[in-house]
Amino acid sequence: MQIRVESLSHIYAEGMPFETVALEDINFTIESGSLTGIIGHTGSGKSTLMMHISGLIKPSSGRVYAGGTQIGLKTKESREAARKIGIVFQYPEYQLFEETVLKDVSFGPKNFGFSPQECEEKAKKALELVGIDPDEKGKFSPFELSGGEKRRVAIAGVLATEPEVLILDEPTAGLDPRGHREILKIIEQIRRLHKPTILLVSHNMDDIAAMADQVLVIDGGRLAMDGTAAEVFARREELASMGLGLPSTSSLLSALAARGMEIRTDIFDEDEAAREIARALRQD
Amino acid sequence: MAIKDITLGQYFPGESAVHSLDPRTKLIGTVIFIASLFVVDSFGGFAVCALCLLAVVKLSGVPLRFLMRGLRAVLILIIFTAAINLFMTPGVEVWRLGFIKVTEEGIYRSAFMAIRLVLLILGSSMLTLTTKPVTLTDGLERLFRPFGKLGLPAHELAMMMTIALRFIPTLLDETDRIMKAQMARGADFESGNLRERARGLIPLLVPLFVSAFRIAADLAMAMEARCYRGGEGRTRMNAVEFGKGDYAAFALCAMMLAFAILSRKLNWF
Repeated sequence: MQIRVESLSHIYAEGMPFETVALEDINFTIESGSLTGIIGHTGSGKSTLMMHISGLIKPSSGRVYAGGTQIGLKTKESREAARKIGIVFQYPEYQLFEETVLKDVSFGPKNFGFSPQECEEKAKKALELVGIDPDEKGKFSPFELSGGEKRRVAIAGVLATEPEVLILDEPTAGLDPRGHREILKIIEQIRRLHKPTILLVSHNMDDIAAMADQVLVIDGGRLAMDGTAAEVFARREELASMGLGLPSTSSLLSALAARGMEIRTDIFDEDEAAREIARALRQD
Repeated sequence: MAIKDITLGQYFPGESAVHSLDPRTKLIGTVIFIASLFVVDSFGGFAVCALCLLAVVKLSGVPLRFLMRGLRAVLILIIFTAAINLFMTPGVEVWRLGFIKVTEEGIYRSAFMAIRLVLLILGSSMLTLTTKPVTLTDGLERLFRPFGKLGLPAHELAMMMTIALRFIPTLLDETDRIMKAQMARGADFESGNLRERARGLIPLLVPLFVSAFRIAADLAMAMEARCYRGGEGRTRMNAVEFGKGDYAAFALCAMMLAFAILSRKLNWF
């Protein structure tokens, strides 16, 4: 599903002394089936934007469209469209509540009115997708699992609703490097098998550079940049002024370029970066 | 929506003379104000109390409109009290419909009680509007310290209150977050009959309890890591002392109370 956001603004506590503008005049389009990375400093309004796209909060002004239908209205079509948007919040393991893993993952499909058999089928499929064996761990209490497993079960809970748009709000926050890699592998897998439109909020520039087709930069509630990873990460000074860094490959290459080496800086793949450094060294 | 309307217990940031008073002064002042409201038995007396309150409000810089918003949350209580007094007071009948009757005394009492209630709520809102919750519990702790000899754990009680107040916004945020996460999975918190709604709260309450316990355990560990051992021998970072403003406030309060008592004795109006 294509996502279109038109002059979206959001003001918290309007008319109160604590009034704050969280989002201001945001406009962008995300193509169906693409992966869009969203970066921004803490408190820049990324999470608020994600909640608007999933229709959980209503904008102060402006509109959000998913596949041509406006989101966040009380009409049947709007609600139907919102159902196809799944959102995985930060630290999603805090939403687990059921007695067993399988029951918890079935919660979404059950709410959407599927029969018990269908729910179980969908739950099992979602658990397999995140690399958890439903026959082995399905009967466990979600509170018995390890941190990484809890995170994956919670993600499965959203995947079980078979979203056409999947929003992931810092899905790797607080995980060890192995847990981090596992989550990235799951995202790749979901892309290959189901081709949903993915929105990935992350502080990890390497992940964004490696995976995103499009990158949105949010700063102080405004959309500061919108382009490919190469376009966005080329604007190094501007990003630095927003408190944002570069992917590790481009920060190394930029450092070399700053020392007078004639070298490309828009490479995000480690092997390719190594070859570029070798080429530049031979030239010298 | 409703949570936002409650100004009772909310803090209104500012740096006015009222804000910077010692919390003990404001606590005692509020108690005197409330006592005056109960001493007074005439509308004239209320006028004096209301004038004092208005002076404090003007001095504090809290917009009157904002203060009035706090009444919205307790409007039903005020209307209910007024109605009970209006219809239930025996006396000279003014108007009658079936078994419902309104008496002269009823009208008087009803207006009297409504004004007292409104002033009571506005007065106590001023305390919390101009005092940070943590400063307030600080003040309570110091006020109750003398009772420690009688076995009252003043510091522990104040610390419990401070922590409880500190975590209200945290738990509200957490509730909001979990609610949204479950709503995204199709949970419905708004429709259905009472039974269904109660059941619908399980996906919210279980994670909320788990979070509360986790936060409590983390906080306990953080406090112990910083060698917290209770109140004995603890000193304060911001030790507040009575100043000129506090004495002026006490004088004002004493005058108001004197007026209240006088108005009763002299039988004004």
